[in-house]
Amino acid sequence: MSEEVTAEILTTHILDLAGKGKRLDGRAADEYRKITVEHGFVTTADGSALVRIGETAVLSGIKLEPGKPFPDTPNAGVLTTNAELIPLSSPVFEPGPPQPGAIEVSRVVDRAIRAAETIDLTRLCVTPGEKTWVCYVDIHVLDHGGNLIDAALLAALGALTHATVPAKRFGIAEADYPLEVLHLPVECTFVRLGETIMVDPTFDEERAAQGRLTIATDETGRIVAMQKGLVGAFSPEDIKAMVERAFAHGERMRAIAKGGNA
Amino acid sequence: MGRSHRPGPRRQGREGSSSHPSGDRVLVLPGEEIPSQGLKPGPGTYRVGGKVYASVLGLLSPRPPFVQVVPLSGRYIPKPHDVVIGTVTDVQGTFWLLDIGAPRWAPLHMTGTPWPVEIGETEKFLRVGESVVVQVENLDPTGRIGVTMNGEGLGKLEGGSIVRISPARIPRVVGRGGSMIQTITQRTGAQVAVGQNGRIWVDGDPEAIHRVREALRMISEDGQRGGLTERVDSYLRSTTTSGDEGPHDPPREGAHRDAPEREFASAPPTEPDVDQDIPTDDPPEPGNN
Amino acid sequence: MGSVGAKDVPVLLSPEGLRIDGRRVDELRPIKIQAGALKHADGSAFVEWGANKVMAAVYGPREVHPRHLQQNTKAVIQCKYNMAAFSVDERKRPGLDRRSQEISKVIAEAFESVVFAEEFPRTSIDVYIEVLQANAGTRCAGLVAASVALADAGIPMADLLPAVAVGKAGGAIILDLKKEEDNFGEADLPMALVPQSGRLVLLQMEGHMTREELSKALDLGVKGCRDIYEVMKQALRDRYMVTPGQEGAA
Repeated sequence: MSEEVTAEILTTHILDLAGKGKRLDGRAADEYRKITVEHGFVTTADGSALVRIGETAVLSGIKLEPGKPFPDTPNAGVLTTNAELIPLSSPVFEPGPPQPGAIEVSRVVDRAIRAAETIDLTRLCVTPGEKTWVCYVDIHVLDHGGNLIDAALLAALGALTHATVPAKRFGIAEADYPLEVLHLPVECTFVRLGETIMVDPTFDEERAAQGRLTIATDETGRIVAMQKGLVGAFSPEDIKAMVERAFAHGERMRAIAKGGNA
Repeated sequence: MGRSHRPGPRRQGREGSSSHPSGDRVLVLPGEEIPSQGLKPGPGTYRVGGKVYASVLGLLSPRPPFVQVVPLSGRYIPKPHDVVIGTVTDVQGTFWLLDIGAPRWAPLHMTGTPWPVEIGETEKFLRVGESVVVQVENLDPTGRIGVTMNGEGLGKLEGGSIVRISPARIPRVVGRGGSMIQTITQRTGAQVAVGQNGRIWVDGDPEAIHRVREALRMISEDGQRGGLTERVDSYLRSTTTSGDEGPHDPPREGAHRDAPEREFASAPPTEPDVDQDIPTDDPPEPGNN
Repeated sequence: MGSVGAKDVPVLLSPEGLRIDGRRVDELRPIKIQAGALKHADGSAFVEWGANKVMAAVYGPREVHPRHLQQNTKAVIQCKYNMAAFSVDERKRPGLDRRSQEISKVIAEAFESVVFAEEFPRTSIDVYIEVLQANAGTRCAGLVAASVALADAGIPMADLLPAVAVGKAGGAIILDLKKEEDNFGEADLPMALVPQSGRLVLLQMEGHMTREELSKALDLGVKGCRDIYEVMKQALRDRYMVTPGQEGAA
């Protein structure tokens, strides 16, 4: 299918409202939609979480399996992230090989998890050079209402923080044990609408946006990933302001990923 | 569990007969048998072995001599004379393709506009992303939907905002005899164009647009409960400021020529087209519809 | 019965006639269906059936992509069944696999048998089934979810399509296999029923049966389908319930 065309009248209206600091759904420029996390949604996974941000729903499942380490890192485990923008979730997705959008979500989420050292990969090593845990982070978008990156990382984090290493099942240890999570990266995505910068864009706001910036932070005050998307520009002042907002939102989102709801 | 039963109105919580007077609506599902009482199968039904069944999820609606099922969901299914709002999705040398939320895009030919369009110059008059109010003229058996912009109240839309709701909810937006849409426009002072395809254009000052959007959201999402008219009216009353009551304002200064100057409270669906192809489980004969 | 000499073959049928999870031979697993579970699809449904979790979405009728698949006289029904990587015990690699392609085909054909596709020439009705958590009978759960999603999307059809898998274990014909029964039993027979006509539009078998066993399996499956049918209908009624005082515009 082709991309559904968004009416110019609607994007103009969104930009007009943004000029006054308003949004179609009545939110403030710096306000997220309602966020919920449901842990353990899928019991066949070693850890899972279903995240909703407004009308966006993303499910992540963690699977841990024994495998071989990479030759150049014999003491480290393997972490791999894959996001699927399945056609079930939106009229604008097609079946087939991953589109650039899916690849971008996978990689931006992956970078945040790695840079934050969310998991100590050396702890995943079983026998150096021979055997290690491979941690698969699979992310399925179920409903696309905008801001997939934030929801995807939140779902992945929710799954990782409640994951169990199936050591007993694979005969590697006497008992299963919880996956140790060292850091908690979350991502915060902003869009530029005219001269106004707004957080957590809806699908229509993304269509109207002139630039998008995602900032990942962790609980120690580090910025652990950034990604600019869409067509448009941000000044260094804009970026510094967004970074401060990202830290503030990050605190709240971390709490939600671990066990609460907004 | 045995045979499927005919559903009764939910409030009774039991199986009821479907022989209601019109005005009492029964929800039916595909495959449910409809007591036809001598009525002929109309849209949303099919006949097998002398019995009539529903083919879509919807409300049973006897319209003698037909019985039909009015869908409660799904994409917009175009009917001749419907006024709809579309967005240009492609531009060709002699026509534009409009997304009207129907199963197919609708071609608007350059001769279907009042503009002096030359072949190859269509882009100058309408671009991808722009929106128009058009009327459905005809449907051919291949599913091609003919639309025209020649006619009163039709034209290009500029400014304002667009709301999308399920086409099945449009009759509630219009209301009996146009009562609901009048309430909305009068209490807000907004201009509204209602497309039968579930697209609604709203224009006015920002507060008016916001209130109309909210009223439409209420109708779209909450309309299954009773007392909708009162709730919408109550909401609009509670947020009104003086000066909004009474006939709605004339178009603003500088309102674009092509913008509609009054709402299009298109008539609610009436009798089914008697010649319309009636779905059965046999393939349609060529030449029908 | 199962693999002779294999370790850990579970007892699939007790002397009292109880199955591995305590069910009788003709009992279904618990089923919960939510119609309209997604916001952006034209129609959708979420099915929890035993330990299965399956989401289905329908888009359409809409323009066909790629165009060459278009048919002049009717809508094409395209179905994609997929299992999420984390839906099974051993992670499934993302991407097309032959099993999913076969299942997609038989499900599409089942729907082609009941959907009134001639009403929408040159369009596509796209059915997407995503298994999020699997425990045997996923194609049946997917078909049931997709059928409810089609009704939710307002697609005209002759009937909803309840489906269930019948199997054989411990010498008995059993209804609605769960994972161990599927893995260690002797036959797996998924089927889908058109309740209005009493006919089957999906039927496959893996394993082996005698003619008498097949006859019994068909009866048991049809009865199971009729029970599932009621659950499907109720899910749609719950979503679209009509209350008194609803003013029609006409």
